[in-house]
Amino acid sequence: MMDKTKIESGFSSDAKKEPRRIVFITRNTSANVKDERERKVMSCPHLLVREAIVFEVLIIAMVLVALIWDAPLEQLANPLLTPNPAKAPWYFLGLQELLHFFPPFVAGFLIPTLVVIALSVIPYFNVNVEGKPLWSEQASKRFGIVLWVVVALLIVLVVVDAWTIIVPTVLVAGLLVASYLSKATTGRMGALRAKPLSWWIMTWFIATVLCLTVVGTFFRGPGWSWVWPWGTHAA
Amino acid sequence: MGTSFNTALESLRTTRVWKSIFRRGPAITNRTRSLAVFGNLFLHWLPVKVREKSLRVRAAYYLGSLSLLLFITLVVTGVLLMFYYHPATPKAYYDMKDLRFVVSNGVFVRNVHRVGAHLLVLLVFWHMFHVFYRGGYKPPHEFNWVVGIILLLLTLFLSYTGYLLPWDQLAFWAVTVGTNIISAAPVIGSEVRFVALGGHIVGENTLLRFYVLHVVILPLLAFLFIGVHLWRVRKDGGLTVGSKDDDGQN
Repeated sequence: MMDKTKIESGFSSDAKKEPRRIVFITRNTSANVKDERERKVMSCPHLLVREAIVFEVLIIAMVLVALIWDAPLEQLANPLLTPNPAKAPWYFLGLQELLHFFPPFVAGFLIPTLVVIALSVIPYFNVNVEGKPLWSEQASKRFGIVLWVVVALLIVLVVVDAWTIIVPTVLVAGLLVASYLSKATTGRMGALRAKPLSWWIMTWFIATVLCLTVVGTFFRGPGWSWVWPWGTHAA
Repeated sequence: MGTSFNTALESLRTTRVWKSIFRRGPAITNRTRSLAVFGNLFLHWLPVKVREKSLRVRAAYYLGSLSLLLFITLVVTGVLLMFYYHPATPKAYYDMKDLRFVVSNGVFVRNVHRVGAHLLVLLVFWHMFHVFYRGGYKPPHEFNWVVGIILLLLTLFLSYTGYLLPWDQLAFWAVTVGTNIISAAPVIGSEVRFVALGGHIVGENTLLRFYVLHVVILPLLAFLFIGVHLWRVRKDGGLTVGSKDDDGQN
């Protein structure tokens, strides 16, 4: 049997530059190695049974949907008959909505490329591996920087009239400011105060993508004008 | 009746034929339960033991497992559809009509394929965001996160190439709009678009190219990267369970 009190060695000298799989010891906790004591169960049957149940539920749900909802089929493709609006599949409608505000090079190439690169390099930035809250240190200085970035971004968005990005940006920025001003340590606001910068950036990204995609899918009609999903044109 | 069924199943498990197929008897000891996992080609990428916390629904909402199952469902329904589909204009469109009005359950198979495809795109996005919020990209999971991004892109390309295949107005103009965006890329934009479409506009060459990409190249790549992804989950120590999981919360 392994000695459970023995702490495994193998710490590198600079954990921020060269992270290994180590235990992060947050403040006010002791350095007991919990990994050894974690309860483990056999994959067969515990994991396999759960997977099987999940799979069956999904299959049943898919069959039900497939019985009720028919896949669309329009007229034969006709290059001479352009529908208005011509829409890409829903997962690209966020990009199509961007094309409405930015030149094709920016919306069709620069932004998607940057998004893919940014997502890929997330794990290779070892800043804040411990996930320290944004306001945990130098709060007023950081708040100043964040405020400048948000205002600069909003000015650009107002200039190009991209209000489908402005709305989610203002919402997330509002929460950010509220979390800075609040003194709460528990509850929802307390949880919000404990979020690191990466959480805020990703949440803003998701809110923006959601807003762009939903508007592009349901609220855009002929000439990419605003329409209501129930079919009446906005004035 | 249940008892007699169980007895029958148990005696079946002890037969020589059963043992020769599954390389073990009934999985009633921890040794045979381990064998059930690592002695099985289709299960050996799973760990023999898992942390109890990682089995909680909120640990991953089974999003990865569901994505895998959807991929398998899409392969099965996709192969069924291939039996009735010609990647040629305008035959492709009439095949869609045949699926609806002539082929038994044709419309059902197409519906499952369509629902599954949309759901897979949704689930893969949800999976990525959930892994991000759980901190699942942190060391030693860095590379598996990148493999996940590759799988996300493959999913989008698979879905997009499949979108053209019905060859109706919806498909044609969605792909026309989408591929016009490629021209916005600097220097090689219009060349890349020409190669993707096999011409200057979406036509029969495009349909054939998208078909080959959709049924051969992209699924093979996805299969390869899914294998790497699942294997790395085990090798990197399983699902990420946060510090909050220690007290039974979250």
